[in-house]
Amino acid sequence: MDHLVTARSMFGMTMGVHIIFATLGVGIPLMILLAELLYQKTKDTDYELMAKRWTKAQAILLGVAIPTGTIAGVQLALLWPGFMEVVGKVMSLPFQIEIYAFFIEALFLSIYVYAADRISRKMRIISLILVALGALGSAVLITNVHAFEGTPAGFRIENGEIVDVDPWAAFFNPSFFVTAGHVAVSAYMTGAFIIASIAAYKMLRTRKKDPRLYKFHHKALMMGLVVGLIFSFLTALNGHESAQLLHEYQPEKLAAAEGLFETQSYAPLAIGGFTDRESQEVKWGIEIPWALSFLANDRFDTVVVGLNDFPEDYWPPLFVHTLFNAMVGIGSMLILLSMIGVVWYKFLKKKTFPKPLMWAFVLAGPLSMASIEFGWIFACTGRQPWVIYRIMRTSESVTTSANLGFLFTLFLLIYIVLMAAVALVLIYYFKRNPLSKELAAHAEQ
Amino acid sequence: MTDSVIAITVVWGFIFIYALMGTMDFGAGFWSMVYINRDKTNATNIANTYLSPTWEVTNVFIVAIVVALFSFFPGATFTLGTVLLIPGSIILLLLALRSGFLVFANYTKGYRHQKALTYISGISGVLIPAFLICVLPISQGGFIDTIDGNQKLNLIKVFTSPNVYAFIGFAVSSSLFLSSLLLADYSKSSDELRAYDIYRRDALITGPLSLIMAALIMVTMRNEANWLFSNMMDFNWALFASVAMFVVAGVALIIPYKGQKGMPRLAVVAVLLQYFFASYAYGRGHLPYIVYPEVTIETGFTHPNAFRALFISYIVGFAILFPGFYYFWRLFMKQNKEYVKKKPY
Ligand code: HDD
Ligand code: HEM
Ligand code: HEM
Repeated sequence: MDHLVTARSMFGMTMGVHIIFATLGVGIPLMILLAELLYQKTKDTDYELMAKRWTKAQAILLGVAIPTGTIAGVQLALLWPGFMEVVGKVMSLPFQIEIYAFFIEALFLSIYVYAADRISRKMRIISLILVALGALGSAVLITNVHAFEGTPAGFRIENGEIVDVDPWAAFFNPSFFVTAGHVAVSAYMTGAFIIASIAAYKMLRTRKKDPRLYKFHHKALMMGLVVGLIFSFLTALNGHESAQLLHEYQPEKLAAAEGLFETQSYAPLAIGGFTDRESQEVKWGIEIPWALSFLANDRFDTVVVGLNDFPEDYWPPLFVHTLFNAMVGIGSMLILLSMIGVVWYKFLKKKTFPKPLMWAFVLAGPLSMASIEFGWIFACTGRQPWVIYRIMRTSESVTTSANLGFLFTLFLLIYIVLMAAVALVLIYYFKRNPLSKELAAHAEQ
Repeated sequence: MTDSVIAITVVWGFIFIYALMGTMDFGAGFWSMVYINRDKTNATNIANTYLSPTWEVTNVFIVAIVVALFSFFPGATFTLGTVLLIPGSIILLLLALRSGFLVFANYTKGYRHQKALTYISGISGVLIPAFLICVLPISQGGFIDTIDGNQKLNLIKVFTSPNVYAFIGFAVSSSLFLSSLLLADYSKSSDELRAYDIYRRDALITGPLSLIMAALIMVTMRNEANWLFSNMMDFNWALFASVAMFVVAGVALIIPYKGQKGMPRLAVVAVLLQYFFASYAYGRGHLPYIVYPEVTIETGFTHPNAFRALFISYIVGFAILFPGFYYFWRLFMKQNKEYVKKKPY
């Protein structure tokens, strides 16, 4: 493989693995906190047990979240030294502040996990809040670096020198709030749907056998669906703003996302299909007239710039259209699905869900996670050929060391080992500590 | 102090903290593996109760070092990133194995392959300091070739250098020494006297070993990085202070006190001072170079505006974090009697 392509694949692979665990590291603590709070409010010990079991799962996930994150952080400097040199001079604040967020998360997660029985209830809640804030903080801050890559601010380059550095202007770059917000709410949404998925799967498995277990999982499912509904709705709202930001700051990315070649007002929105470079159109897609113009700036006569207005050298890869559609499609379907679930139970007062609906719930978590992956690959690949938009090309920032192919293989192997091991350990742990046993132990106390 | 000296002091501080916490962490993992079959002494249990809550916090420090380096000295990033690609990747792979399997082993009590998991994490754990420390001799110069304007690490030279091997020996023996000493103190303050005897003995064996390795570093450095050797000799008072502290620690471990052998708490403090003095001499001698002779703290320094913002963030950040660290220390290090009695999980 070409040197640059290998470097990009290697970093993309690392991030693709880290993001699974990082997203859960943001989403699950919120669910644990909510379960603890519900327990405080209702005194229903099921919620206490949920918090306990989810914490164990989270502690196991950490075994992969932290090393892959460490790899991501160091690999950034190893693979993209040219980029990190600019980041060091201009955009180091988020990295620096992120360290504090990591510390807060690490300190209080250890306290919550290992000292839970020695600290007061109040201190447990405070610890959990700090864990959730630390995780959210690390996500928001690192996403800020990604935002900066798309909408760089706070410096100029004059004769190859970096001048006029304003670290806070770089920190509050134009897309910071919207992008960080999108990442945060989509992580909460994913955490909630993963919980819902597992609960739904367990309900399918325990049905009729044991009403006690069934009830427990049912509560977890409803928690997941309600939280998932709220955050999937927010994700869509905020995603709309993200798209408008692209229209303003990275028009060729939006054009590639929508497969739009000709600049036009009253631009149509193409849903589904594949972008074809030769015929300059989206094949097999459905077109909604005028919709893209409206999406881009809330008016049908908005002029949306097409790819042909840019040199072909600036075009992102065209397959991002498919990724973008998959993300938006999944997001919209999950809003609908969770809404049906909540209405079915809360308003129609039905005690059970039909089987197809249950299986749809089982799929919700994996789909949501897939959406996270699609969104990120879209966002990072759609930025190509730039590592810092219109300032530094990815090819200029890559390491000059050879032998990347060999390292790529090693990292691939280690990720396979870690992913397989974490799955097996989770299965083993919860097989050995089944809910039925813990419920019984809980009842005795 | 100029801004760049303040910055390199912060980096040095992180490296020092990580060198201590990291070696204790990796060493503890190793001991928990070594004593896995001796149920009665509780030695493995002690190592695990120390490790479980701390490894995550320790890990943040290595991230903090990397971030401090490229944010304060972005001019060094290109050289360091390029040169350290291979050793850095090896460290990352080992770190991933080690952290992952440490957690996995903890959550698979009773599983028939649990021991295998412990072995993977224990062994990869002691290899990490061995590779990590190679960054030091590499930064001392002589291992980087420049071909067509591209810098490249000469791996053959690295792995045929006596100085590199002395550093590796020092890293491994120090990990075992520092961790056994800390665990000795930890077991004594938790009234686990059998474990205490074991770890005290281990510290008495590995301590002198690490001192010999340190001497070997100096001997081989004289040939391979003479500039650094002579600079360090300007701070030989610190080196002598370091050896003196080692002797204090040794005495503190041997003499009887209140009817028991040794005062491990005193030994721990003396050894921390020992490493502090030695690291001070090494760090001062290394100035002004980050990577000899290409990169100095002046040529690599960040933009002054960025430095100011970062520096303020450090002060505010650690002021906020300090109570958290204190609370953590009190729960797991100070009130460890009741904590150790509880079996984890
Ligand atoms: C559960 C996951 C999820 C879901 C359902 C959605 N998104 Fe998303 N999206 C992400 C998860 C995500 C993400 C993984 O968090 C990304 C990747 C980079 C980023 O900033 O957020 C992202 C990026 C991203 C971007 C690119 C931002 C950039 O390149 O800077 C846009 C325009 C949207 N999203 C828009 C939407 C819209 C209109 C959605 C409608 C429902 C939507 N997203 C649902
Ligand atoms: C906020 C965190 C992130 C930052 C700061 C970031 C930054 C970067 C950088 C610097 C590169 C290399 C240069 C380039 O190709 O432009 C890159 C590439 C890439 N990243 Fe991200 N990234 C982040 C999150 C993610 C996530 C979560 C994924 C998950 C899938 C991801 C997927 C990729 C891929 C696939 C590439 C290669 C792109 C290509 O060359 O086509 N990134 N990213
Ligand atoms: C948007 C993408 C990302 C999100 C949401 C995210 C979030 C997180 C979270 C929540 C954790 C803590 C894991 C846990 O405790 O459960 C974590 C760990 C980590 N992440 Fe990421 N991260 C992202 C991308 C990145 C990137 C691009 C880097 C590299 C610069 C990075 C570096 C790290 C590091 C170094 C750790 C480990 C910290 C430690 O040692 O404790 N992350 N990340």
